[in-house]
Amino acid sequence: MSIDKVWVLAEAADGNPVSTTLELLTKARSMAGTVEAVTWGGDAAAIAGTLGDHGATTVYDVGDLGGKLPGPVVAGAVAELIRSGNRPDVMLVPTTYDGRDIAGRLSARLDLPVLTNVVDLQVEGGEVRSQHAAFGGTQIVTARFTGDGPGIFVVRAKSFAAEASGGAAPQVQSISAPDLGATGAATIVERHVEERSGPKLDEADVVVSGGRGLGDAEHYAMVEELAKLLNGAAGASRAIVDAGWVPYSHQVGQTGKTVKPTVYIACGISGATQHLVGMKGSNNIVAINKDQEAPIFSVADLGVVGDVHKVLPKLIEALKARG
Amino acid sequence: MNVVVCVKQIPDPAAPAALDAQSHTLVREGKLILDDSDAYGVEMGLQLAAEDGEVTLVSMAPNGEVSGLRTGLAMGAAKAILVSDGALKGSDALSTAKVLAKAIERAQPDLVIAATESTDGYTGTTPVQIAELLGMPSVTFAKKISVANGSVRVERQTEAGYDEVECPLPCVVTVTAGVVEPRYPSFKGIMAAKSKPVDQLTVADLGLDASSVGWAGAGQEITGVAAAEERGAGELVVDEGDAHERIVAFLEQLKLV
Repeated sequence: MSIDKVWVLAEAADGNPVSTTLELLTKARSMAGTVEAVTWGGDAAAIAGTLGDHGATTVYDVGDLGGKLPGPVVAGAVAELIRSGNRPDVMLVPTTYDGRDIAGRLSARLDLPVLTNVVDLQVEGGEVRSQHAAFGGTQIVTARFTGDGPGIFVVRAKSFAAEASGGAAPQVQSISAPDLGATGAATIVERHVEERSGPKLDEADVVVSGGRGLGDAEHYAMVEELAKLLNGAAGASRAIVDAGWVPYSHQVGQTGKTVKPTVYIACGISGATQHLVGMKGSNNIVAINKDQEAPIFSVADLGVVGDVHKVLPKLIEALKARG
Repeated sequence: MNVVVCVKQIPDPAAPAALDAQSHTLVREGKLILDDSDAYGVEMGLQLAAEDGEVTLVSMAPNGEVSGLRTGLAMGAAKAILVSDGALKGSDALSTAKVLAKAIERAQPDLVIAATESTDGYTGTTPVQIAELLGMPSVTFAKKISVANGSVRVERQTEAGYDEVECPLPCVVTVTAGVVEPRYPSFKGIMAAKSKPVDQLTVADLGLDASSVGWAGAGQEITGVAAAEERGAGELVVDEGDAHERIVAFLEQLKLV
């Protein structure tokens, strides 16, 4: 057995591949001789060059979906391609809203298991082993598929560093889904883009996150202001997302996003294992919490035992004064 | 409208979790509670079924545990279906979906609701796998749901904001925390829950082959568990009114200011 061909689910937004797509293509190059990509949404022509530059030799394009949700359509097209005899050994899928939908649909369609929340991949003796963070990242679990592939792995962002290979422009081949019947019926009727002034949460150099210690939803504004001053993104603990203070898209943690910024500033976050697993890979961690025993301090490079309501306003003033 | 809410009973996240030394799967013995993430789905279901329908909880567990289901029944669900069978031990996401899909079919729901992901396993694919197995459309990451004229209208979380998605019933919808504010079970609800029906089924009752679930059907295995690299604690300072200066100096050193 050997790993010869890897497919990467290449998600794009605004005419650019999302960063995890390029991370996965880079990893795929080290796993197999042939790396190909699957994309959708009408961006294929725009992103093909970048996909090629990261190792994809062929891009299978499902094309514009006419407002349909991608899950069943992309999974249907990929399953059809596999049934026609074009079959990868491994399929790498980014942990995104649509990536998980596509992986789930594909798994059920092909009756193949799926491994999710992958943080590392290794090829050993012609077989892929995936690694997963467990118990707040204190344990690393290694897993493998026992049956025939293709092996579907859903990989978390920032698990690998993206690196261009200088590859040539790939050939773009159209693929399409068979009749999906009822399963393909969900349709987007309107898109709402919320204004975001800074970088994306999982791509930002600086992430400032808030937790229960902020006391109430209004005080989250301090977290946003600090993030803005540092040209960073604002994150949140699960506790305040559950409480409805901020939307799910801000959540950092096991259920939520993985971030690895240059510096992570945790404000009023105690550091439940659920949160630590999403941020302990940050290069530097600063934590402000009034409880000296808070678990967040066990991973902080600089821990401040103090009241966020006192420290944050002063920090914001000091940074403003510097201009 | 009849709603099925898929719920999971999990070990209390406040208690330390452990992996079984032999099988490397989560130890799920002792008292289980309703996953916090599921309370949002139960509440949403209750609101949507309030006028002319009821909520049925569907769950699976290897050991017949019902305490988490009682919480959902106390909130107001009418009944529960629990697939309980020793053969389910070790089930992966896809075999879990196969079992739940069979159980859901029995309730013939107009709408199936599940959490976006469970708190303990957090694979996050099971609801979509269920939808595919049932031949239904699905809308994941719902932060708002309404139903009118035989279809569901969902505000679906996206990277850039949210999409309004229209989807005909029957379908599967997964909800994020915050979609609604879950009610606390009332004393009356807790008392009533004790006598609400919990239909316990085995894998064979569902017409499934035991070899397609549990360890036998998992198609994946854990080959090892190792301690992750420790991240050490750094400096700890107590704020005396000047801690912000330390943070500024720290950021300066990283050339971020």
